[in-house]
Amino acid sequence: MATTTTTAPAAGSKDERVAEKSLLAKLLGRPEIGALVGAIALFTFFAIVAPVFLAPSSMATVLYGASTIGIMAVGVSLLMIGGEFDLSTGVAVISSALSASLLSWYFGMNVWVGIIFALGVSLLIGFINGWILIRTQLPSFIVTLASFLMLTGLNLGLTRAIGGSVSSPSISQMDGFASAKAIFASSVTIGGIDVKVTVFIWLAMVVIASWVLMRTKIGNWIFAVGGDEKAARAVGVPVVRTKIGLFMAVGFCGWVLGMHNLFAFDTVQSGEGIGNEFLYIIAAVIGGCLLTGGYGSAIGGAIGAFIFGMANKGIVYAEWNPDWFKFFLGLMLLLATVVNIIVKKRAESSK
Amino acid sequence: MGKRIKEEEILAKLEPKANDNLLTLKGVGKHYGNIIALRGVDMVVDPGKVTCVLGDNGAGKSTLIKIIAGLHQHDEGEFTLHGSTIKLKSPRVALDAGIAAVYQDLAVVPLMPIWRNFFLGSELTTGVGPFKKLDVAKMKEVTKQELADMGIDLRDVEQPIGQLSGGERQCVAIARAVYFGAKVLILDEPTAALGVKQSGVVLRYILQARDRGLGVIFITHNPHHAFPVGDSFLLLKRGRAIGYYAKKDITVEELTAQMAGGAELAELAHELEQIGGHKEELAEAEAGAANTAPASS
Ligand SMILES: Nc1ncnc2c1ncn2[C@@H]1O[C@H](COP(=O)(O)OP(=O)(O)O)[C@@H](O)[C@H]1O
Ligand SMILES: [Mg+2]
Repeated sequence: MATTTTTAPAAGSKDERVAEKSLLAKLLGRPEIGALVGAIALFTFFAIVAPVFLAPSSMATVLYGASTIGIMAVGVSLLMIGGEFDLSTGVAVISSALSASLLSWYFGMNVWVGIIFALGVSLLIGFINGWILIRTQLPSFIVTLASFLMLTGLNLGLTRAIGGSVSSPSISQMDGFASAKAIFASSVTIGGIDVKVTVFIWLAMVVIASWVLMRTKIGNWIFAVGGDEKAARAVGVPVVRTKIGLFMAVGFCGWVLGMHNLFAFDTVQSGEGIGNEFLYIIAAVIGGCLLTGGYGSAIGGAIGAFIFGMANKGIVYAEWNPDWFKFFLGLMLLLATVVNIIVKKRAESSK
Repeated sequence: MGKRIKEEEILAKLEPKANDNLLTLKGVGKHYGNIIALRGVDMVVDPGKVTCVLGDNGAGKSTLIKIIAGLHQHDEGEFTLHGSTIKLKSPRVALDAGIAAVYQDLAVVPLMPIWRNFFLGSELTTGVGPFKKLDVAKMKEVTKQELADMGIDLRDVEQPIGQLSGGERQCVAIARAVYFGAKVLILDEPTAALGVKQSGVVLRYILQARDRGLGVIFITHNPHHAFPVGDSFLLLKRGRAIGYYAKKDITVEELTAQMAGGAELAELAHELEQIGGHKEELAEAEAGAANTAPASS
């Protein structure tokens, strides 16, 4: 009955299986390729204009600078791939540090109690950001702008109310301070060069994040909720859990950096952190994460942070006025976003 | 979890029984507030058969398939699956019962590789606990194989699915539904935004799915797409069925005329007459109007 007018199967495709993609072609298809080229160019540039830049100790300094941005950029990159961003990260880092220090100081407890408490606070901030976003359906720009303002106020207000000053009281004499400093703010000597422990924490976090992103279900869901939320929901991806989880991952990164900030010294300025959220976003964007979501990598964010570290310290080594730093950063950002748009167009275009 | 148990109960009821139709609707109706979107619709879906649902915009096609796919619940009538009466609470329950819907705009995530899209939401993993990782090799292999079985020859399952043509994307979504064990496949206007050639490709995959024993529900407003692939045709107009035909009982011309509706065609004929000339078109329109049987369902 239903013998129908189907089109004859298109026998014999154009050319036999296209040869395996060359390494170069594969590389060009990666989100972080633009950042990688930029990083190499910048590295070469500073190596020429400021030979001291190449000294191992300078490199350690550059890496340290990169790590303080890069630790946050890990979480922020994942979040951006998941289609959201977070303007509260800069002050949330300080909130975490303040929570740990004020709690331990006020109750005279071992600082590790404060550290665990701060982890809870950071995860809670992430959870609340995500939960409000889902509940209200507002853009993350508005939701996290609101939490940015609220946290800024809380940081200042609570610090003054509890400690009586704009900075948190010193906790250097308290139990657990030395061990916490060893974990979050020590140096490791490699070949006579002191490398800050944050560099290793950062690299470990990048590796774990890359693995999660590329090799687990959760990674698949992150790309999907950022790429097309409705399609993801229609095929059964737990969109709500994925998004809230991402904000909490950002919270976790904020805790790591907050603890470093606290134990690198022994006190925290309650008004700090404002503006840093943009540095993390910039690192992620330079690293190839699309502002619109669904595309990017954790390694890209790391390269973005490295570029930041090189530009920041390289200008000092070249003995230029650091005023120029922001200009360079802006230029990098512009170039990176243009490259990103081209990449996205290419990936999406129909043949 | 209570929800889980309920789903299992539903699924237990759905063990196929002999001699039952795969899916039937009897007098199904649905209203949104005081808008009656659907009333008194009968329909049968059988394995290895294509049931087409035709109608103009606002006819109630989407409402009908949303009931079948578990997005909405009907207010009147009876919905049976494998002989058991059922009301589907969510798309997830429908999916577990073997009813998969492919929506025109909800099919895929453009920037993700084909294989990731294919398995999205149902990923294969190896290992245990927190160290479960994606079984990438297996997923790529299955994707390639499943698509090849549907006659889609892909060079590289790693390329973003957005690089495929609209028709190919629909086909990947169809292949995915087939692979994950769908028994009923619903396609909401899969050809609406496609050119002639691409539509042809999608129609071919509808037949592939049919040949694999799925009951296919094909929604379209184009009788020329419906007729070649359909086994039966349900015509909707303003929420009511205005005809339900087996293929042998209708021609594509009659289908077209029915779709347009007798009154509109008579009016068109009248207008053409006034303009003058156009003898052929006039005859066609008049024939169409004559062919339109009074609503008899
Ligand atoms: N969620 C809804 N709320 C209110 N009215 C709706 C809703 N969905 C559809 N309708 C109405 O029901 C009727 C049938 O719509 P629909 O099933 O989408 O038609 P089709 O898919 O055939 O174009 C239309 O009049 C439409 O306006
Ligand atoms: Mg519709």
